[in-house]
Amino acid sequence: MDQSYKGRVYPPTRPYEVGREKIREFADAINDPNPVYRDAAVAQELGHPDVIAPPTFAIILTLQAGHQVIADPDFGLDYSRVVHGEQRFVHHRPIRAGDVLQVIVTVDDIRTAAGNDLVTTRSEVSTFEGEPVVTATSTIVARGTAS
Amino acid sequence: MTTVQAGDEIPARDFPISRFDLVRYAGASGDFNPIHWNERIATSVGLPNVIAHGMYTMAVVVQVVTDWAGDPGAVVEYGVRFTRPVVVPDPEGARLTVGGKVAGVRDDGLLDVELTATVDGQTVLAKARAVVRPPRAG
Repeated sequence: MDQSYKGRVYPPTRPYEVGREKIREFADAINDPNPVYRDAAVAQELGHPDVIAPPTFAIILTLQAGHQVIADPDFGLDYSRVVHGEQRFVHHRPIRAGDVLQVIVTVDDIRTAAGNDLVTTRSEVSTFEGEPVVTATSTIVARGTAS
Repeated sequence: MTTVQAGDEIPARDFPISRFDLVRYAGASGDFNPIHWNERIATSVGLPNVIAHGMYTMAVVVQVVTDWAGDPGAVVEYGVRFTRPVVVPDPEGARLTVGGKVAGVRDDGLLDVELTATVDGQTVLAKARAVVRPPRAG
């Protein structure tokens, strides 16, 4: 892998508008019946302006944004051998319906451990106006590719 | 609810995982890696069978926390390390067992929650931790 990518910051992704039906679809897909993902009145009782998204919803945006790095042929990662090693979300506030979000990806770390290549990316998810919403940190492992 | 203390248990739950769940998650999340739905491709890369998306497992596990907290918006941090794939054969599927406990209460009231996730008694996540605002009184 090209070590010079460490510290690289990618340009903001194009705006992603969070829709109520996408939140519902994602909640259905994780088999979570919680009404706060589906009913604005329930969300408002809990103090949210609209339905909120489940804690891992941001992966929809950050997985796509991270492909800028891991699928970059010049970076030299063997994508066919990639597995997910670690994932972490820090929520500055819940994602909610109506948010228009962008992602800025930074390559935080590139290292080798036990013959595997490890790449850690940090995705800063913010509103288009710049309000921080989620920081997602992802480590992917390319198994047995370190030379 | 009474005051939350370190050592408090979060009720354990079982979650079945079927091949259908993985196909639906692929569609909703946009992660169409075929190792999560195509047995031929999964076995061709050395896996025993189709495996669940790590992010599907992660999303299911945190439900014990969001239900316990009452408001999913109370989860301010959540992280895991994926240590063992969750193999999902068809039609048997897999059964994920999730438990948790309050590891500590911070000075500002935030709760450190530690989670466990096992399949057939084997741990599939390490360092599964959440930071949660305490459940509301009353």
